[in-house]
Amino acid sequence: MKAHKIFAWIAIAIGAIYFFVPLIGTFEFSLRMRRGVYSLDAYQSVFTDAQFRATFGFSMLMALVTIVVGMLLIVPTAYWVRLRLPQMRPVVEFITLLPLVIPAIVIVFGYLRLYNSSSWIPFTGSTQGTNVLLTFSYVTLALPYMYRSVDTAMRTIDVRTLTEAAEILGAKWPTIMFRCIFPNVMSGVLSGAFITFAIVMGEFTMAALLNRPAFGPYLQLVGANKAYEPSALAVIAFAITWLSMGLIQLVSRVGKLSPSRP
Amino acid sequence: MTTASTSFIDRRTVIDWLGIVPFMVFALAFLIVPTLYLIVGAFFNPAGEFTFQNIVDLFSPSIMGAYWISIRVSVASALGGGLIGFFLAWAVVLGGVPSWIRSSLLTFSGVASNFAGVPLAFAFLATLGRTGLVTIFMRDWLGFNLYSTGFNLLSFFGLTITYMFFQIPLMVLILTPALDGLKKEWREASEILGASTWQYWRMVVLPILWPSLMGATLLLFANAFGAIATAFALTGASLNIVPILLYAQIRGDVLHNPNLGYALALGMIVITGISNILYIWLRSRAERWQK
Repeated sequence: MKAHKIFAWIAIAIGAIYFFVPLIGTFEFSLRMRRGVYSLDAYQSVFTDAQFRATFGFSMLMALVTIVVGMLLIVPTAYWVRLRLPQMRPVVEFITLLPLVIPAIVIVFGYLRLYNSSSWIPFTGSTQGTNVLLTFSYVTLALPYMYRSVDTAMRTIDVRTLTEAAEILGAKWPTIMFRCIFPNVMSGVLSGAFITFAIVMGEFTMAALLNRPAFGPYLQLVGANKAYEPSALAVIAFAITWLSMGLIQLVSRVGKLSPSRP
Repeated sequence: MTTASTSFIDRRTVIDWLGIVPFMVFALAFLIVPTLYLIVGAFFNPAGEFTFQNIVDLFSPSIMGAYWISIRVSVASALGGGLIGFFLAWAVVLGGVPSWIRSSLLTFSGVASNFAGVPLAFAFLATLGRTGLVTIFMRDWLGFNLYSTGFNLLSFFGLTITYMFFQIPLMVLILTPALDGLKKEWREASEILGASTWQYWRMVVLPILWPSLMGATLLLFANAFGAIATAFALTGASLNIVPILLYAQIRGDVLHNPNLGYALALGMIVITGISNILYIWLRSRAERWQK
């Protein structure tokens, strides 16, 4: 065996230790609740907690609304920029990357100053308004991922020809958008949706500072007050992330199998 | 129709621009204006007069201390994560390990780079905390008390190794395509010209790879600098990093000056902004070799 091959295996071993030991540690810890034996008590305690179900449901609903709102905003924009405003492409792309540059805590700080109950647009004046603002904050956070996945999917289809064909057949704008463009970029929409789901489920800063009962702040609260439940929750959170990423892989593979267009 | 044909602006052009109005309105309302509000606010005092005092006040020892810890944690986790990430990417691209390791590493990196926030803190507490798996394993089997060495997970070092859990996979994801771009012909050419492995790496690989390496490290730095949830769940408010200070400021005006809070946010934007601009510039240089 060559020296560089041994070195490569050492690197892999270090990486594997770094990745797997914390996961094994978390899983092992989550089983330790009953003294002396391994049990699933911590999971039972988590699943029977009414707060868990309430916050999990809230975040799930938020994630779904975020995906719908985000896609209704981004797919038409990406489509329009490709079709009619290619000169605006760099500007739109730049804007979609901004949420990676501006930390989330800064964005939500701006919201709290701009949209508080004594401002022109008092989003945070009511529960419903705050939920709307939280949704928009999640759309903002997901913007880079959603735009990139949709735009990548759009690159593989010929937007102009599709639109012209639909127009010749007498289709109106809503038909073109929802029966022609959306189905063709579905792989991008879905992978954007899954990553958004993973982001929203674990998000802490926005929900905590907007005072909404989401899963992220609940995790933090449990972490500060309980011993074994946090590990069980971490295992659950990791499973959610795995599921989302696994679904993205699946979607992109299915997308590649479908016949490609010029 | 007559108004449209007589006006100087083409009706179609107007419709074209109307198409991105929803996106632009959204971006302005929920991204750009809130940020600008803070940036502008950083240059005014509570009475509404223009001032640089808030920027000057950032250089007080307590705030500088917070920036300094944040920068140290971000630099350390970016360098540590970058180094291990680089060797991992190198191992799967050029190290000659089986291809299934490459595909599992990339899949796993996609998951692990997104596994951050509060649960990550829980995972490390369960592993390296006082009763964590590794701590207990070392105590019972190796007779080594980790915490007697002065190690503490709720510290600069603890936060750094926790952050590395998402920094390493991010580095792997960025660097693998860059290493894939190293052409076999370059190696062969340098070997024919009599270069040693060391010379090949120093005179061919590094000059090509350094924009990718530097850029990725900067991205890792910015990534760690803006993160708050992990640190908050890990250390509570005990480790005084900038995002946690800003969190406390938003919650309860701990600096006793709202506009100083805006300046604190401005400082964060400037630091993450500069590192991202450099990253984008370096990436455009790196992409020249990946075609």
